[in-house]
Amino acid sequence: MLFILLGVLILHLIILILLFVSTAVSAWSVGGQKSTDLWYNCMTNNGGYHCKPASSEDWIQAVQALMILSLLFCFFSLIAFLYQLFRLVKGGRFFFTAIFQILASVFVMCGAIIYTVMSPDDASITQFGYAYVLAWVAFPLCLISGLIYIVLRKKE
Amino acid sequence: FVFLPSYRLICTQTCTQLCSDFASCCVNACVCLSVKFIPDFFLPVPEQSQAIVIYTGWERHALVGSDIRLSCSFFSWRWTSEDVTFSWTYRPDGSRDSISIFHYTGGVPYVDNKGPFRDRLEFVGNPGRRDGSILLKNLEFTDNGTFTCDAKNPPDIVGRPSSVRLLVFEKVPIQAGVITGAIIGVVLGLLVLIVVIYYLMRFLVARRVFSLSVSKHGKKKKEGSQQRQGPVPPADPSKIKV
Repeated sequence: MLFILLGVLILHLIILILLFVSTAVSAWSVGGQKSTDLWYNCMTNNGGYHCKPASSEDWIQAVQALMILSLLFCFFSLIAFLYQLFRLVKGGRFFFTAIFQILASVFVMCGAIIYTVMSPDDASITQFGYAYVLAWVAFPLCLISGLIYIVLRKKE
Repeated sequence: FVFLPSYRLICTQTCTQLCSDFASCCVNACVCLSVKFIPDFFLPVPEQSQAIVIYTGWERHALVGSDIRLSCSFFSWRWTSEDVTFSWTYRPDGSRDSISIFHYTGGVPYVDNKGPFRDRLEFVGNPGRRDGSILLKNLEFTDNGTFTCDAKNPPDIVGRPSSVRLLVFEKVPIQAGVITGAIIGVVLGLLVLIVVIYYLMRFLVARRVFSLSVSKHGKKKKEGSQQRQGPVPPADPSKIKV
């Protein structure tokens, strides 16, 4: 029982860290010497490293909002989990935790999908950066974690 | 003591196409970004690196029909001389030619009276305060382009002109962060609303203000269903489980 609890908690923390890194780092698209989205477009020139704020298009703002929301909801679900761990009746299910976690995974999925569809195909070499990959990795982990919480029951 | 280098981006060539995005500009030329100057007052500046530094904005957005002020100022190690000159040139989007639209010299501003900006350009700067700003009135779509300001403060004349890009819109595009904030606010607001309604319903059902059929449901629902600690009336045998 203790191992399951610890495992679930560690998974949750890993998801939280993945979401945080994916949201905070501006490396959703990289190519050559530039690294763009979600917050800054940075480029290394033969003069130096120069950044300017990312374009304020609608879809980028939507992706920003969804990533932040998913991070918040994952955090809320962690709080709810800790709360319900001590306050839930014996045999109860971690309903609220699961709801928040699944909502977080839905938000990450929406954000990643919007970014995939709308990101511009540039002439210069642009590939998806590691922050984008982390977002897609976080989505199934978050979903699985949410489902685990639905199935989990508090034992005596 | 510590010597801070003054940070400056060096251009080897001029941009072949001007754009506000890094991507398209650097196909075969290096981007000429605005010069960034970090004052290093502790460092004795060698004679060659003394130069005039010109500041304009990077990009300006405006609505059709409105007025816009394009600001230009400069930094120079020397006092502002009486022979200070400002000149503005304009290059339309997609064109390679620049035309001169404004020149200030000898204390007199000379405004364009033949080109695309005749009767729409006004000098609103203060050369004594190193301000060479101009005011463009009644903007049109054809005014999209790059405005370059060049200032000279004799004997300090070595410097790089600075450009500002003008974008004229039908309606002002939404600023960065507005949509982000709106989406986050709405979702969190909905969340708070749902939680409040949930607790309100539980409270009202518990106080028997409502007679929902939840009390019968509660007995039929699986006993293991989650339940939070809430206000439970002490003498309540029916055990309402929401």
